[in-house]
Parts: sequence; structure tokens; C-alpha cells
Amino acid sequence: MTTQYKKPIPVPQGESDVYWQKAKQGELWLRKCDDCGKAYFYPRDISPCCFSKKTSWIKASGKATLHTFAIVHRAPIAAFAEDAPFVTAIVELEEGPMMPTHIVEISGGGEPTPEKLSIGMSLEVVFEDITDTIALPKFKPV
Amino acid sequence: MAKLDKVAIVGVAESDQIGKIENKSSLQHHAEAAYNALEDAGLSIKDVDGILTAGYSSMVVAEYLGITPSYTDSTAVGGSSFIIHIAHAMAAINAGYCEVALVTHGEAGRSRRTNAIPDLAEAAPQYEWPYGIIGAPAMYSLAANRYMHQYGEDRVRQGMAEVAVATRKWALKNPKAYMKDPMTFDDYHNSRWIAWPFHLLDCCLVTDAGGAYVVTTAERARNLKKKPVWVLGAAEGHDHAIVSQMPDLTWPISRETGKKALARAGVTHKDLDLAMIYDSFTYTVLASLEALGFCGRGEAPDFVANQRTAPGGEFALNTSGGGLSYTHSGMYGMFLVLEAVRQLRGECGERQLDDPRLALINGTGGALSSTGTVIVAAD
Repeated sequence: MTTQYKKPIPVPQGESDVYWQKAKQGELWLRKCDDCGKAYFYPRDISPCCFSKKTSWIKASGKATLHTFAIVHRAPIAAFAEDAPFVTAIVELEEGPMMPTHIVEISGGGEPTPEKLSIGMSLEVVFEDITDTIALPKFKPV
Repeated sequence: MAKLDKVAIVGVAESDQIGKIENKSSLQHHAEAAYNALEDAGLSIKDVDGILTAGYSSMVVAEYLGITPSYTDSTAVGGSSFIIHIAHAMAAINAGYCEVALVTHGEAGRSRRTNAIPDLAEAAPQYEWPYGIIGAPAMYSLAANRYMHQYGEDRVRQGMAEVAVATRKWALKNPKAYMKDPMTFDDYHNSRWIAWPFHLLDCCLVTDAGGAYVVTTAERARNLKKKPVWVLGAAEGHDHAIVSQMPDLTWPISRETGKKALARAGVTHKDLDLAMIYDSFTYTVLASLEALGFCGRGEAPDFVANQRTAPGGEFALNTSGGGLSYTHSGMYGMFLVLEAVRQLRGECGERQLDDPRLALINGTGGALSSTGTVIVAAD
């Protein structure tokens, strides 16, 4: 698996180990600020909302709505050429944070077109294994 | 904000050739542009005691140019950096750190032989690159689609087309412009998709180019070769780095920098004769016009309708032909400054505006992340 995968592979950092370990187990986890109660993305030990060190990990529901998307036709680097056209997106997680991702398993199949997607539509997380240790969270229409 | 003494931009230039220049490095473009800008100002490299740049460390550029500066500034927040450098030069000159500040840019964006090695601990390579959200089209297209959703796909599409077509008309009047052929609305709509909602003709060029300008004190500025162009007010800011963390994809931080720069200059929108607004994409222009306060939110498609920003139109915008049709090396902001100064000096030949006195320059960097806004005035 690792040998064929040419696209960028995330390199977990100390503060994101949990995020990537949980993703590999098929779960989406977020950091939460215990001062204001807000969940945030991406994982940082000190919260960006309150700059608080009182933070914890929570398991996200995996539910989200589509905030925006684009359909990438010209691959930005060669490794994405065989995926194009593919759908990039920013989704709003049920817990509040915005997260960059892909939209997959779009109904109707075939090439993605703008008509097959709508901003505000309900989504749920799925995980794509890309290496022995990394799975990428992606989202599909519910 | 402390009241600062006025400073002036006294020399501007591109590198010797811009466009597709296969055998020159980014640093060569820096040096050629610096050479030409100093010549334009009637100054020598020996006069330079401040260096400001982005892309490379100012240390690297200073060594390459052979200077030993007393003020050094590598503020690098994307393509807006070279607008922000105007304000930093002004502050440094006022503080007595330097008297002649040289600001340089160079990027072999099209023909470069090396690529930067990313820091994998940053958010972008960990959370956006694995999804192909790499490079400006993949980032700005996400923002543009949100804008379309809020304000209506058809009218936004038409607004984006108006910007592309009008900007090309200006480029045809600029001998240095990369694009030499007219563009019709059909050309725009028929151009291939890069990242929907962006057609090819929504996207800026990728060229090899350098640019530089020189900033100095009022006293020195009055005794140089060309008429000074005065810096009246400036502001800078950023509210995120990666696109997914932008607080509002339709409302860039120029909402703050525009207001502040105009207030510091003591002028209003109706006083302006020219707007040089970073056009990385047609959408960037629409979002910036609104955030800068030229029109209300969602109104930019109407503001640019009927070729209002084309030559002869009511609103002079990006008269060089912009990043869309003149040149775009990667961090294009530098070239906004060159055109504003040349228009205010009356050096623009066929595309010269009728005696412009005041220009607004607005640079955008990163993923709509940072902006610098500066108001400049003719002598």
C-alpha cells in the first residue's frame, strides 16, 4: 500500500498523534477548549479560542454539512493526476469546527459535477486507508 | 498611531525581461530589478541602507546584492508582502533605522529549477495537502464557490467574466504584458476548468519576473531624478493562514486594512483615481472590492458590470493588465506598486489615465490570508 501511494502523506506531530491514531481506528477526534467549551480544528495543545492550556480530546459524531466545495480538474501536483477531477471541500463539523477534506461516494457516480453536490447538504465521515499507519478522514453525502 | 513624516517612492522597475525567461534564477530577477529601480531613482547601491524582501531572507538578498544594511526586513506573508514593506520602510525611515530602503522581488515562477522543502509540522502539509488542497487555484476556488452560493451563481459568473475581459483590455495597452491577444466573453466561458468554479481565464498567469522599488525621506526625494510619489497611509493584517481556517471565505481582512489605510491617509473612496487590487483570480477582485468598501457585500458583480473597469470605463482598476494578463511571478504584489507609481508620474503611454492624483494599492497573500493596503499620491 505504502509503495504505491504517491500523494502527500501527513506526518503526525506530538500534538496530533491522537488524531491520526484514532483516524486509523475509524474515528474522528477533536480538541476541545475546557475554558469556553468549544471544539476546534486542527489539534493544538493550547486552544486558539482562549489560548488556554485546559484542553481535552473528544470523539466527534462524524456528522457534518458541506460549507463549500470545488472540483479540481487540473491536478496541482502530478500525484493527483489520476484522481482528477476530484472534489475538495470545507465541511462544518456538527461540533462546530471547519475542516478541509474530500467529498467521496457522490450519488449518481461518474465524474463529479456541481449539480451532484449542494452547499448545506448533510455528510458523514468515512476513512480511507493510505498507509499502514495513516487513514484520511473523508466525507460522503448521507 | 504615531504621526509619521512623509516618505516617498522614488524609483520603480521590473527585471530586464519578464515573461518566460528560462535561464534566470529568482535571485537574478531580484538583482536586475534592484539595479533598474535604483537607476530609475538616480540613486546608487551605495546609498541603500535598508533592505526589505520576501521569498528569500533579506540576508540572502543583501549578500547577493553586495550591501551591508542597517535595517533588514524579511516579512513574508505571501504576495501582499511587498505592499506591507512600504509601511515597514516608512516606519524604519521615521525611526532613523535607514534612509534609503530598497524593496526587491524576484521569482522564476514559471521556469524555476528548485522547489522549497516544506516544514511538515505546519498545518497545511498535515491537513490540506493530503486532499490536494495545494496551490492557489485549489484554495481560492473553495472561497469563490461559497461566494457564488451566497450571492447567486449566474451573476457572480458574469462578474468574474467582466473582470477577466476588462483586465485583458488593459494588458493590450501595456507593451510588457505577457498576454497579447484580445479576450472575448466567449473565450472566457469556453476556457477549460482548472478548479471549478474557476475557468483557466479566472486564474492569474505564472511567469518569471522581478520588481523593485526604492523608498526614502521627503528631503532626499525632492532632489532625485523623477517626481516623488508620496505614501499617505498604510495598513496590514491577516486573519488565518490555511484556507479552511478562514473565518469568512467571502470577507478578507482587507475589510480592516482598507478602512485603516484610507483613514490614515485622510482620504475617502471618491478621492481615488486608481485602484490596483491584487487579481490572483477574478474572484479575488470581487471579494476585495467589497471588503475595501468600494461597494456593499455581494454587490461587486454589479459594480464591475458592463466593462466598468475596462479602459475608458468609470472605475480605473489594474491598468497594467494585472496578474491575470500582464505578469504574475508567484507573489505578484510588487507589480501593483510599480503600476501605481508610473500612473501617478504619468509614464504609462497608451494606458495613461488623465492626470491621476491618488491611488489605492491592495495586496492579498496566502489563501486570501493577509492584506496590505497603501494610499499613494502624485507630487
